[in-house]
Amino acid sequence: MNLGDDLYKEIILDNYKAKKYRRRMDDADISREGANPSCGDDIELFVRLNGDRIEEVTYDGAGCSICLASANMLCTALTGRTLGEARALFDQVRSMLTDADVPDFPEYAADLEAMQGVKAFPVRVKCAMLAWSTLKQVVDEHSLSAG
Amino acid sequence: MSPARTLPLDVSKLRTEFPVLSRAMRGKRLAYLDSGATSLKPRSVLEAERAYYEQLSSNIHRGVYEFSERATILYDEARTKAAGLINAAAAREVIFTRGTTESINLVGYSWGRKFLKPGDEILTSEFEHHSNIVVWQEVAKATGAVLRFFPLLPHAEGLDPEQLETAFSERTRIVAITGMSNVTGYKPPLRRIAELAHERGAVVLVDGAQMACHEPVDVQALDIDFLAFSAHKMCGPTGIGVLYGRESLLEAMDPFLYGGDMIERVWKDRSTYAQLPEKFEAGTPHIAGAIGFGAACDFVQGVGLEAIAAHERELLDYCLARTRARDDITVYGGINTDDRGGIFSFNFADVHAHDVGMILDSHGVAVRAGFHCAQPLMRVFGVAGTTRASFYMYTDRSDIDALFDGLDAVRKIFL
Repeated sequence: MNLGDDLYKEIILDNYKAKKYRRRMDDADISREGANPSCGDDIELFVRLNGDRIEEVTYDGAGCSICLASANMLCTALTGRTLGEARALFDQVRSMLTDADVPDFPEYAADLEAMQGVKAFPVRVKCAMLAWSTLKQVVDEHSLSAG
Repeated sequence: MSPARTLPLDVSKLRTEFPVLSRAMRGKRLAYLDSGATSLKPRSVLEAERAYYEQLSSNIHRGVYEFSERATILYDEARTKAAGLINAAAAREVIFTRGTTESINLVGYSWGRKFLKPGDEILTSEFEHHSNIVVWQEVAKATGAVLRFFPLLPHAEGLDPEQLETAFSERTRIVAITGMSNVTGYKPPLRRIAELAHERGAVVLVDGAQMACHEPVDVQALDIDFLAFSAHKMCGPTGIGVLYGRESLLEAMDPFLYGGDMIERVWKDRSTYAQLPEKFEAGTPHIAGAIGFGAACDFVQGVGLEAIAAHERELLDYCLARTRARDDITVYGGINTDDRGGIFSFNFADVHAHDVGMILDSHGVAVRAGFHCAQPLMRVFGVAGTTRASFYMYTDRSDIDALFDGLDAVRKIFL
């Protein structure tokens, strides 16, 4: 095993192949598209809210394994969580991928630690971040409209 | 001259000329299969650039002293070499630019915006690199001209020869077409296209970014009007390229950039402009780059463009033969190599091209993964991207074997 092969940990591959959250949602409160123009990752995130709580979150689109695995981890972690928790997790994921921070994820988001290896490949950080950046926009937008 | 005969390249000897090839990547032997993005540079080119900075370092044209004079001579010699490479009728038909993209923009601004009228047609193809589409979209917007596309064969194996002529209309004014697709290596029938265009009074611009470096090009024999290409894909430095233009057309066009070096006389309220080629070269040019480019022209011609083309075709045939036995590789552009350059574009099962590229990287194999600045062609193929291996004179069979070994690793991880 070398560095590149090692990135493709079983957790990432399992999340990439998982189909549970990979679908469009007809009754979403908010949906948002996100794209990485340089590499062609292109996803859409769907969120259904109950007050401040994410009742359901799904994604659809095309992307590499890192991008889609990250989107699946996002959905797994944030289903049933509050927007505040979503924001906090976004901050942690970003600092794990872009700073030297060692993550300390809550139990429900433990799979995300498998993404640490992406940091060694700067061009792939955007792939891992796409779903999270898109989610951040959804959360910010909602907070604004909710006043 | 003795009759043209193509001797096989001495690839292992050639490889010693390229310093990067002695480096390891990710701790592995480097299999550089990304020459379509940029070629590696031989010592003679690096030395020519270095010698300019170390021994002359002076600006051209304006100096009255020896070093400036010498730099001017080297710069002009580079132009003559570039003109020789493509058999331009005169060196003044060769304009130095920053590269292919700037060359195409030059034609878009100085020819397109001046001469195109509402309803005129710009004929192009879905094989184009974005640089030969986006420029024309903007020209169309500014002038009211209309973009038209050549119909393709099924699976985009080429332009449809049956519909080549009917793609033209009485309003076709310019054909903007690639000389070699950067995605599949497909080479359109340029000579025939030029004939059809000229019968209707249209001009032909060829994007030669992938062509000029991989096969002999003769602008007079092809009878094309503009040819854009870059030095960095043919062993030269980045940041310099050429626009070849037929003299009568360049004369009729307005300058592209204005300022120093491109003027004849300047008054407070008006100016007159220099003759060709200076008319199109405002400001201090990339002198070192031009000199390096001159050395690159010498180098590729020394190796022999016929021999390079034959070598790349042999590699492509080898590559395609290795795919024939397997059902996990989808090849784009067909398997006929008669009208193809040394580019192998594929997808591996349903694995995303970036995942393929990344695992190959960890095995020392450098490829390009993505849409290759050719989104319209990706739509024709119905894919988000492909993995592309592209060859050059220094590519050998071990590089291709490393690619296929890498694909075995992809299979182990993903399938």
